[in-house]
Amino acid sequence: MTTTTRRAALKAAAALPALGGLPWRSAKAQAANTVKLALLCDFSGTYRDVTGPTELACIRQAAAEFANRGFNVEVVYADNQNKPDVGSNITRTWIDRDGVDVVIDGGASSVALAVNDIVREKNKVFLNTSSATSDLTGSKCSPNTVHWTYDTWMLARSTGGATVKAGGDSWYFITADYAFGHALERDTGTFVKAQGGKVLGAARTPFPGTTDFSSFLLQAAAARPKVIGLANAGSDTVNCIKQAAEFGLNRRGIRLASLLMFLPDVHAIGLETAQGLVCTETFYWDLNDRTRAFSARVRPEIGNNALCMNHAGGYAAAVHYLKVVADMGATAAKASGAETVARMKAMPCDDDCFGPGRIREDGRKLHPAYLFEVKKPEESRGPFDYYKLLQTTAAEEAFRPLAEGGCQFVRS
Amino acid sequence: MDDIFGIPAPLLFGQLLLGLINGAFYAMLSLGLAVIFGLLNIVNLAHGAQFMMGAFAAWMLLAWGGIGYWWALLLAPIIVAVTGVILEKLFISRLYKLDHLYGLLLTFGLALIIEGIFRNEFGSSGLPYRIPPELSGAWDLGFMFLPIYRGWVVIAALVLCLATWLIIEKTRLGAYLRAATENAALVQAFGVNVPRMVTLTYGFGVALAAAAGVLAAPIYSVNPQMGSNLIIVVFAVVVIGGMGSILGSILTGFTLGVVEGLTKVFWPEASATVIFVIMAIVLVARPAGLFGRA
Repeated sequence: MTTTTRRAALKAAAALPALGGLPWRSAKAQAANTVKLALLCDFSGTYRDVTGPTELACIRQAAAEFANRGFNVEVVYADNQNKPDVGSNITRTWIDRDGVDVVIDGGASSVALAVNDIVREKNKVFLNTSSATSDLTGSKCSPNTVHWTYDTWMLARSTGGATVKAGGDSWYFITADYAFGHALERDTGTFVKAQGGKVLGAARTPFPGTTDFSSFLLQAAAARPKVIGLANAGSDTVNCIKQAAEFGLNRRGIRLASLLMFLPDVHAIGLETAQGLVCTETFYWDLNDRTRAFSARVRPEIGNNALCMNHAGGYAAAVHYLKVVADMGATAAKASGAETVARMKAMPCDDDCFGPGRIREDGRKLHPAYLFEVKKPEESRGPFDYYKLLQTTAAEEAFRPLAEGGCQFVRS
Repeated sequence: MDDIFGIPAPLLFGQLLLGLINGAFYAMLSLGLAVIFGLLNIVNLAHGAQFMMGAFAAWMLLAWGGIGYWWALLLAPIIVAVTGVILEKLFISRLYKLDHLYGLLLTFGLALIIEGIFRNEFGSSGLPYRIPPELSGAWDLGFMFLPIYRGWVVIAALVLCLATWLIIEKTRLGAYLRAATENAALVQAFGVNVPRMVTLTYGFGVALAAAAGVLAAPIYSVNPQMGSNLIIVVFAVVVIGGMGSILGSILTGFTLGVVEGLTKVFWPEASATVIFVIMAIVLVARPAGLFGRA
């Protein structure tokens, strides 16, 4: 027993220098010519399916498409556990120790706002692809940040605006009781009132930790609104929709407005219950030939997961960044995050997921927003064939006008 | 319309009934925990994961085997109980002589592993499971619209809880179990196979969690986190009721469901906290819990 252990230990000791030495040497030689992309999002909690491993696969796809452009692309990732302190620590370690150049995503709004400050302080690049808060291009805007996929203002305008237009002019909100829910309720309420509608009230539900929403749904129904607005996300939205169907709210003429819902959520609810709901995304895999081609490219890597706009955002933001790196050179891109983001804003965007677009001065990526209706089960022809396109909002109208955001560095 | 404390009476009655329904889940889960703690002295932190496995087992039976809700209600608890028995044999049985803390840490670790495996396989956003056609629809009670399925959950939970209480308190088997917790060596000397009885008791507690999981599948999102959201509340329920007290956990489960329901009307933001406030008060005033023996 002793001999075996000693022999094994000796072998391991002999192998150590070889193991340790090789990657170090190559890493040093290549570091200057390597851009390091780091995906920070939820890999273990409620937002895992709308970001997580599927987004990682999409970013790796982008990296693979830039394999032979004279620089190396490395992709790393970490789980932020939806906690700002965890996300901040990872971001600092990545930038200070691991030589990360770009942080992609950020995840929950609370984490994203923390990462936003750190990346600005360290002069790196932050490509936010799944956070909702419109403050990232408003009061908290940064010259190092691009907010890619969507935001609360855009959701409020598209889903909220369309619902009011369709006759839903009195609202009651069921709101996740934290920064994101409050922002979504605020932005949607503003739209409803601006179009002559009324907000009758709101129930703030503890987050996380609420699984039964029936009490809140009944309170909402008692106020007799035409629309119950769900200012929440993930499994909260799924539970609300399931339970609203159970309590027959639709039969009493109350509509649900799922203000933030992604394709994986629809998959989780099932078409039987989700049919007829409307939601807004900026990407859908079956939108046109380019989106279908993208979906086919990544499908082998993502298994049986539904693709949504956050995943596409990860791909597209990485592609646009890598185009700029190819243009300005890896060394220059690594030297200044703000300079790289400025070049990203100067160069028009075009990718398979979002089509042509541009990044505005405040960091807001502009592309069209699509209002979808969830299909009936009999209308769905195959896996993930869930959406019918109802209306498209043009890129320039979809997001909050530059002047209304209050972004400091744009004004000065 | 009559108001009670400024709340319309129909709304208040509706909320009371909903509280009772949520209480049914608390009661079923805390009952399983109380049985396991009372008879095995193990704080089973894997209980939430086993609740989740019950819901997933129901989904798998339907999606992969075409087996519907009613059979799932019988089969899923058995399947999950078998996994529980295996866990007990392999790991938990080695810890009976040690401090509670070891069992708590072990089952917590097991819960994380189980949840991780399900998350890797099925993702986090959940799977659809429909209400069985026999139980869909709703009754109009005048003051509220009660989905038939929710009514069924309360009845099923009451039956399960009462049956468990009767078995443990009123039958010969229950007497053996209670005797074994008092003095295992003596009961074994009378020719009862105590280790096997303990294993089966664990399996039974796990089956209760899984049955609650099957009942929950049609109304909550079937996802790997569904148990960890509930388990902390359920632990508070057990502590308030008195660790190991069977009747205490049933009564406390239903009562706290109602208290939580009322909080949702008067102060929604506090509804996640109210149970823990009560727990703190109970711990100060009656450390053994409302129904526990000090």
